[in-house]
Amino acid sequence: MSKSVVIVGASMGGLRAAEALRNNGFEGQVTVIGAEVHAPYNRPPLSKEVLAKEVTHDAVAFKLRTQVEDVIWHLGDPATSVDLETQVVTTNSGKAFDYDGLVIASGLRPRTLELPNGKLSGRHTVRTLDDAIRLRTDLVPGARVIVAGAGFIGCEVAATARGLGCEVTNVAIDSFPMIRPLGEKLAAELQRRHESHGVSFRLGHGIKDLIGKDSLSGLILDDGESLEATVLVEAISSHCNVEWLANTNLDISNGVLTDSALRAVTTEGQSVEGVYVVGDLARFANPLFDDDARRIEHWNIPTETGKRVGAVLSAYLEQADNFAELAALPFAPLPSFWSDQYDMKIQGFGMPGLADRYELADGELSGELVMAYFRNDVLIGVVGIGMTSEVMKYRKQLLGT
Amino acid sequence: MITIDVDMDKCQHYGQCVFEAPDIFALNDNDKLEFVATANDSRRSDVESAVDVCPMQAISIVE
Repeated sequence: MSKSVVIVGASMGGLRAAEALRNNGFEGQVTVIGAEVHAPYNRPPLSKEVLAKEVTHDAVAFKLRTQVEDVIWHLGDPATSVDLETQVVTTNSGKAFDYDGLVIASGLRPRTLELPNGKLSGRHTVRTLDDAIRLRTDLVPGARVIVAGAGFIGCEVAATARGLGCEVTNVAIDSFPMIRPLGEKLAAELQRRHESHGVSFRLGHGIKDLIGKDSLSGLILDDGESLEATVLVEAISSHCNVEWLANTNLDISNGVLTDSALRAVTTEGQSVEGVYVVGDLARFANPLFDDDARRIEHWNIPTETGKRVGAVLSAYLEQADNFAELAALPFAPLPSFWSDQYDMKIQGFGMPGLADRYELADGELSGELVMAYFRNDVLIGVVGIGMTSEVMKYRKQLLGT
Repeated sequence: MITIDVDMDKCQHYGQCVFEAPDIFALNDNDKLEFVATANDSRRSDVESAVDVCPMQAISIVE
């Protein structure tokens, strides 16, 4: 009997893994289990275009290639448990799926604030298409919008909401927006640019509670200041969707630990044959940087990990002669990220957040620029605003090509 | 032959496609994307990679 693969997670990582299984010659059954009702779609537009205008699923959906035509999509019914011994995934509705190969691609969900008066309408997150469509209806001109969290998504939402004519305040415990990946100098400059577009900041502050009866009318910061607000967008951080793995012996302390072949690893440090991890959940050591296993929440990682898993898992299932060789190949994807805010095209490569030093490598701090990031005097990341061709030169250097 | 289409309303000229298929995609002196609209079938795999890495998902192969 031919073998089968179950992929848990129907977003970009799950899709890329399915495509890669087929591209590497795997002909058995592939079933993708998803929590959302939607077929895979691209998430970056959710904090931008989808908030700014009517965008349907069709406009953001990934095109399904002919090689995945026969994949079974089991959507709107999340996986709730797996038995790694009997090799069965069970879903919320009680359906059971046998597998020979398992791909863990269940991703993240937004963390929300736990507040005494938290049960009010007007609270939003931006992770799914349905989230973004709900938020869009509240982002009317003049709406008082608080964005909690000053990472890339929080800043993109702030910029989009300003563009829609909302009054926007960003509240974050960080000292500057996007400081962790970008460093203080560039982060302070980006704060200045956001302020010049009319965004107010309350940095170094948390939200203590909400004001309102059924719907939100304001909130109270940890220093006692109260702010008017009809919309609260929580873009603070994420939870890993690993609860369905709770009864396994996998190391799920932060995402799912993997080896360099992206095989899941147990709390005893043993790789589990036939069980692989893709996307935001995969915590792997990247030889481009060091031996520390990290999760990388950047857009290119689901594709890079999906392709890797498709190649190794298909060789495993087909008992290919080159399986051991393939699994032993180094895995060194270059983290890549992009962010559109106002008329700024921000793009970055590598791990600038690990740097101990950075310098303006090109351009002007107040205009288009390239910032280079170093650790122990070795280039470890680059971030550009505009200047694409210049940024690309550093990208090549980071890849050692 | 395969036919390549780039939705220039979506394209933000990030240039990721250039790394996957430099014979088909390029950034010009003004950092704007230029591309060749047709390619041999043998280029399909690299063009599919270019489709995959486009953060704006602006590239498609016209079937």
